[in-house]
Amino acid sequence: MNITINNLEVWANPGETILEVAEREGIRIPTLCYLKGFSPTGACRMCMVEIQNEGRLMPSCAFPVYDGMIVQTNSPNVRRARKTIIELLIANHPQDCLVCIRNGNCSLQTLAAEYGVRSYRYVGQRRKGKLDLASPSIERDPEKCILCGRCVRICHEMQHVGAIDLVNRGFNSTVSPAMDRSLNTVACVYCGQCIVNCPVGALREKSDQKRVWEAINNTDKLVVAQIAPAVRVSIGEEFGLEPGEIVTGKIVAALRRMGIDTVFDTNFAADLTIMEEAHELIERITHHKTLPMITSCSPGWVKYLEHFYPDLLDHLSTCKSPHEMEGAVIKSYYARKMGVNPEKIFVVSIMPCIAKKFEAQRPELGNDFQDVDAVITTRELARMIRIAGLDFERLPNEAFDDPLGESTGAGAIFGVAGGVMEAALRTAHAMLTGKDMPMIEFSPIRGLQGVKEASVDIQGIKLKIAAVSGLKNIDILLQDIQKGTSEYHFIEVMACPNGCINGGGQPIPSSPEKIKKRTEAIYKIDQGLAKRCSHHNQSIQKLYKEFLEKPGSHTAHELLHTHYTKRNRY
Amino acid sequence: MNEQSIFDAYSPKDTSLLIPLLQDIQEEYGYLPEDQLEKVADHVGLPLSRVYGVVTFYNQFRLKPLGKYVIKVCRGTACHVKGSLEILRTIESELGIKAGDTTKDLLFSIETVACMGACSIAPVIVINGNYYGGLTPKSIHKLIKQCKERG
Repeated sequence: MNITINNLEVWANPGETILEVAEREGIRIPTLCYLKGFSPTGACRMCMVEIQNEGRLMPSCAFPVYDGMIVQTNSPNVRRARKTIIELLIANHPQDCLVCIRNGNCSLQTLAAEYGVRSYRYVGQRRKGKLDLASPSIERDPEKCILCGRCVRICHEMQHVGAIDLVNRGFNSTVSPAMDRSLNTVACVYCGQCIVNCPVGALREKSDQKRVWEAINNTDKLVVAQIAPAVRVSIGEEFGLEPGEIVTGKIVAALRRMGIDTVFDTNFAADLTIMEEAHELIERITHHKTLPMITSCSPGWVKYLEHFYPDLLDHLSTCKSPHEMEGAVIKSYYARKMGVNPEKIFVVSIMPCIAKKFEAQRPELGNDFQDVDAVITTRELARMIRIAGLDFERLPNEAFDDPLGESTGAGAIFGVAGGVMEAALRTAHAMLTGKDMPMIEFSPIRGLQGVKEASVDIQGIKLKIAAVSGLKNIDILLQDIQKGTSEYHFIEVMACPNGCINGGGQPIPSSPEKIKKRTEAIYKIDQGLAKRCSHHNQSIQKLYKEFLEKPGSHTAHELLHTHYTKRNRY
Repeated sequence: MNEQSIFDAYSPKDTSLLIPLLQDIQEEYGYLPEDQLEKVADHVGLPLSRVYGVVTFYNQFRLKPLGKYVIKVCRGTACHVKGSLEILRTIESELGIKAGDTTKDLLFSIETVACMGACSIAPVIVINGNYYGGLTPKSIHKLIKQCKERG
């Protein structure tokens, strides 16, 4: 069918909304509450358009097209209405943009600038709200909330967590956990997808920047940083580079110039995780232990299982997540090698993840001291680089320090959903057959779908595997395990859709196009490396020879494995 | 009706039954206790946050028990003109709670109502169904004292 938008005749599919057609035609309609792929709520009214013969303005996000429809997205009426909506939103907003974490990256601020809002036109009572700073990962500032409901839809529909919802009504409406509790006392998994999808500053990560600067300035501390696989393909966006630009060397250079003493790579520990996890999988299969085994590198996913399926904790791999392994090795093997008291080492993990902040505080992840002392997100690192006055684009490419900086392509692909599985298969194959897989790349578990399944035959052992991302996708598989009907041997789960490249600590805003480019970049890193299997990592081989003996050894268990906690749903 | 039979009357995992189930529980307890809300969430298959969202949306649901004496203060136009705000403030300061709350000893609750159709005797309050009109702060004091004496 054909419709006319702004005097331009365009083609449209039945069932599409005006907003979808306009977007395809390059006509921008501003939105606040709209979330691609989710049912429209029409809550914010920003996307109002004029439709001939409709009599009043209609929200284009929720209005389906019909043949011959004539739409104006930019008439005087539309512009006036939008400006008024912005003015009304601002009237009930703290108006503290200069000191807001989203200053310069806020949809409301951008729209106010675009629509030429030059005064606080409406003055009235403002909604009061209590800051919620109690969780180790997420902070909420309900007074900044514009009630778009995006966080709520993400939390319920995409993550099946439902930690927050719209409560009360009318002027007193607010987004809150049940019974007005703090986030740290409800079953929030700290995936941080609410933060990435918040158009304003109502949700933010708990910042650890200050603690990291303090450690850097403390001459008594040896500050060791490590960088997660997914940070190197996304942080460039914070400095105006193309999504998916690989800037590993620049991050290393930036960290050194900020005053960090040693820069290691979490990809190294990803390789180490694979050694332990592939060994654990083979153990479980050959000794008929609990199957399917499920990966444990995504701390949001681990907390989800602890809250909602505490009876299935035995299925989780006992492997610590890579950055925790790296921290444990830094404070044991590396400390001993360098003759440094491990208590003087401060390990900071740079992660695409909010849940890692909570994970780093888990009492079981460390002995006399925590394996990891601070976690900062991609966004926080970008802020620190700016404060340090570094011109990111002009930084040289520097190499990681030895020996915990060496990594293979298998470690690199941990950043994408399906990557841990693929990396584990590469090494499990070699452990079982003594030979590398003929085809290193395993395409059935690549791609951006939420659930990817495959089966592989390794020397007579037929493995059924699945890689799942986005927590809503895991429920059916878990219920099958509960019923005893699951056919899988090995399942990879990432809390965030498409894995760490779309983590809760990544640059804002995200988009499907950016996710695609970040994913491609991760596979490009893998492709460009001569060594693409974890067991070929020479530093890993040396680590086992000098210190850990072999995968699954007593020392390995002490340092690299963990256990989980049953948590309540309420 | 006991608690179990309330839940038995509703088939599980049917989210459309949330409101009638909440109504039955409030009927039984006089309010919606937190542990019951958790059971409701499990029963209908919704997150507790959503159940809480519904409970706080509708005026009919209470999260706190009501006092033995429920004082409804009319805040309609006629009563307002005749000084009902002062009446409300007097009751609030006498009892040390705000409208919508219940005293710690569970003796009194205060609610406000838009109009009770008794404008001729404004300002008016209703205590447990009994109407009291033509009130002044002084007569309020007396009424509350009587309730307290009766216990």
